[in-house]
Amino acid sequence: MNQSVILECRDVWKLYGPNAETFLKNTPAPKKGDLGRAGLIGAVRAANVQIFKGEIFVIMGLSGSGKSTLVRCLSRLVEPTAGEIHFEGENLLNKTDKELIQIRRSKMGMVFQQFALLPHLTVLENAAFPLDVQGVPKAERLARAQEVVELVGLKGREGYYPRELSGGQQQRVGIARSLAVEPDLWFLDEPFSALDPLIRREMQDEFIRLQNMLHKTIIFITHDFDEAIRLADRIAVMKDGAIQQVAKPEELVLNPATDYVAEFTRHVNRAKVITAAALAEPLSGDSFSGTVPANATIETIGDRVEAAEHPFHVEQDGEVIGQITRSAVIDVLVGRR
Amino acid sequence: MGRWLTSGRVFWLGLFAVTWLLSQYSFQLYKALDARWIIRYPKKWQLPLEDSISGFLDWLVETANFYFFTFRDLTRAIAAVLEAPYQFLRNLLIEGFTTGYGDSAVQLAPSLGWVAVVVCVIAIGHYARNWALAALVGACFLYLAVFGQWHSAMITLASVLIAVPIGAVGGLFLGIAAYRAPWFNRLLQPVLDLMQTVPVFAYLVPILILFGFGPVAALVATVIYAMPPMVRITILSLHSVPEEIQEAGRMAGCTKRQIMWKVLVPSATPSLMVGVNQVIMLSLNMVIIASMIGAGGLGFDVLASLRRLDIGAGIEAGLAIVVMAIALDRASQAFAERSQRNLPEGNLLQRHPWSSTVLLVILANLVLGRFVPALQTYPDAMTLTTGPFWSDAMEWINVNFFDTFEAIKVVVLQGLLLPVKKFFSGIPWAWGIIATGLISWRIGGWKLGVMAALMMAFIAASGLWAKAMITIYLCGVSVLIATVIGIPLGIWAAEKPAAGRVILGFMDTLQTLPSFVYLIPVVMLFRVGDFSAMIAVVLYALAPAVRYAAHGLRDVPEQMIEAGVMSGCTKRQLLWRVKLPLATPQLLLGLNQTIMLAISMLVITALVGTRDLGQEVYIALTKANAGQGIVAGLSVAFIAIVADRIVNALAEGQRRRLGL
Repeated sequence: MNQSVILECRDVWKLYGPNAETFLKNTPAPKKGDLGRAGLIGAVRAANVQIFKGEIFVIMGLSGSGKSTLVRCLSRLVEPTAGEIHFEGENLLNKTDKELIQIRRSKMGMVFQQFALLPHLTVLENAAFPLDVQGVPKAERLARAQEVVELVGLKGREGYYPRELSGGQQQRVGIARSLAVEPDLWFLDEPFSALDPLIRREMQDEFIRLQNMLHKTIIFITHDFDEAIRLADRIAVMKDGAIQQVAKPEELVLNPATDYVAEFTRHVNRAKVITAAALAEPLSGDSFSGTVPANATIETIGDRVEAAEHPFHVEQDGEVIGQITRSAVIDVLVGRR
Repeated sequence: MGRWLTSGRVFWLGLFAVTWLLSQYSFQLYKALDARWIIRYPKKWQLPLEDSISGFLDWLVETANFYFFTFRDLTRAIAAVLEAPYQFLRNLLIEGFTTGYGDSAVQLAPSLGWVAVVVCVIAIGHYARNWALAALVGACFLYLAVFGQWHSAMITLASVLIAVPIGAVGGLFLGIAAYRAPWFNRLLQPVLDLMQTVPVFAYLVPILILFGFGPVAALVATVIYAMPPMVRITILSLHSVPEEIQEAGRMAGCTKRQIMWKVLVPSATPSLMVGVNQVIMLSLNMVIIASMIGAGGLGFDVLASLRRLDIGAGIEAGLAIVVMAIALDRASQAFAERSQRNLPEGNLLQRHPWSSTVLLVILANLVLGRFVPALQTYPDAMTLTTGPFWSDAMEWINVNFFDTFEAIKVVVLQGLLLPVKKFFSGIPWAWGIIATGLISWRIGGWKLGVMAALMMAFIAASGLWAKAMITIYLCGVSVLIATVIGIPLGIWAAEKPAAGRVILGFMDTLQTLPSFVYLIPVVMLFRVGDFSAMIAVVLYALAPAVRYAAHGLRDVPEQMIEAGVMSGCTKRQLLWRVKLPLATPQLLLGLNQTIMLAISMLVITALVGTRDLGQEVYIALTKANAGQGIVAGLSVAFIAIVADRIVNALAEGQRRRLGL
């Protein structure tokens, strides 16, 4: 794959506690025990991440794993203790407040877990808020806000106040607001965690629909592994402030880098993650019941392969790369593999 | 036995025993050792603070200058800035606008007139909430007109209308500054503590010296008195805006200024309005006290009739203040709870129905008032007065129940007040300082212990020990009684919702009454002295004890109660074993508030002849001795601060023990 890096963080640390900076200068690569002895808490430890243009990058971990702090370091809402963050090739940490405001006004958007809508503004005014602070004339910003409000499906509720909306609708406003400036980089901090499971599902579909239209670069935080595999191109798993593994969902399940990741992925429904390519084996006969694409998950092709008499061809870029058998599919479906 | 005697119990029992012994036998001790310093702080060790403060003020007024202008010029400038809008409001509400002076004065426009003002407040009431509120505030203002209090009430209203915006906006800006700069916050907190605990009387004199007798001095005093809660509420409500909302503002690319004014302040508006309500209520509370340095209006009427012992007129004017307080309180609370509504569509008239109606009424009133004077000024012939009724009622009560009241008074005095007084007055000053230090150390750690001991030492060194002990005794007894009455009432209110509505509603009303108002009936029934002071203080300080008890019990998590019920608790066990222990932190906070209110009321009861620090402050006021007033005022403040810190430390410890 030939993709350009839009955001990259190199060896980013965020320590909380007294004299964190001097400590880190004197002890360049402290272990967890070192931090504890110095009375420091390592919210983010030695994080290295590259984010490619147009991908959905999910940072995933349990509460307290540092994922929220990491994303706040990436957007510089939180000042990292050490490290470099390169956004479009320039170190974000060297930017002055003024430059940072300019970057946020034009290139970044963020959606928050508790929605963070301004209670005194209507839906439309909330969506127009980022344009308002830039000094965009009223008619123009309201017109643009109208567009994004319609985009997220809230047409007809422009004049409502946040407290008059359900949680799902409030988050739609949050999404509309973050899209108002047409950001290149879109942060979503556990956007659906505060919602009921049914609404969460619906919002995930909505999110996928939006992304198919907009093709943004997305950094998505979640503690829900199912949500992560559903949405992610790549996933970073965090624990105690450190990134355990960065990989595609399938790889994470098939080749977990640490015991922690393995434990995490053990109960995942593998059929949703594993693709035909992973099960492909050398061709062994002449009769085939059909062809499946290499990147199709077992969940989507399982029924067909299992019901057919013969194996299927696995095809990638118009070329057959192997076959997929009934027993291989059943292995995955019953959890043997 | 051995298990019962924990180290804590040994400490408290021992401390009490030593204090009691020293208090009982201090006189004998002094005789035996021939050491008079034991019972009386030696004069030659006294700090010359009073004179230095008075001297400093004199220097400030007479000679201080800042190169370009003198201090005098500064105070004059402040006075001028306050005077102009105040005079404008007076013209608007009472005197009308004129040009020229004396005989050559020509009236340009009359004042608003009572009809216009009543319509205005009705409009405000409806705008803030609904027709019910509009009717209430309208009725309140109508009352002022019908009962002949209009003129004084409008003077009071004018000063409140000036003091409130200054207090609210000033408080807002100070709060914002403290929110932004931690060092400023650290600087501000002790100042706020002092502003809220130093009795008002104490800074009336310096204000009098700086600004002279008159409405401006009264306005300055009112603003100083009413501002601190606004500052605190601003800091608190800015801090309680959710972190995410602030981050959303930053991610939208807000500058620091935009974060403050477009994100934080609007998000915090509902809580800020609570602060504004506080400022209004405190400004009204100051009305009577401020009239001592020239405020005029209703407060002056109360004060004057108290001095004349004109019961009827005093109650009438006092009631008028209460009525106004209720109207302003309810209206401002409604504004605090008011949520944004969508503007109606249409032309200017349709979009602003109230503004246009009010404007029309004012214009019509202006024109019609020329021909029908009754619309302009409420006709005297139609006023009602309740003065004689109150006088007669009081007289009747006094004639028929004198013996009963006297008996109650004597019993309480002999059985409670005098023994407690003797105990506190007997404590030798040196031991008093040590004991306060020990208590504070035991409860709040050595820092608090040292601070408390130093503060008590300051009181002793100012030669005010004996008076301070009277303050502590009166305050202690009143708080005890208020708690004994208040907590059961609070429990009752929490357990029985129907009773709760009545009780809490009544407490709300009690809290809207200016503190002075409590004095009127008490003096009428019990005349002057410690007993009357105690009754007034108990009445004034009751509300927080009730409220916090009720809230504390109601806030006990439902699950805990269910766990209690399922364990087979009876109702009584549920109360004593589950609810009350969990509510202790709240009860302690209530106690804290009760103590603070008791101390602030105690100073005012100096008017009914107590001999405590309040009296010292009041004497300083009548003699215009700034130094004496400030030193005594600081002593009161120190007692309040020590009490506050101790009770807070207790509450904090309890919270930690309960893991809340």
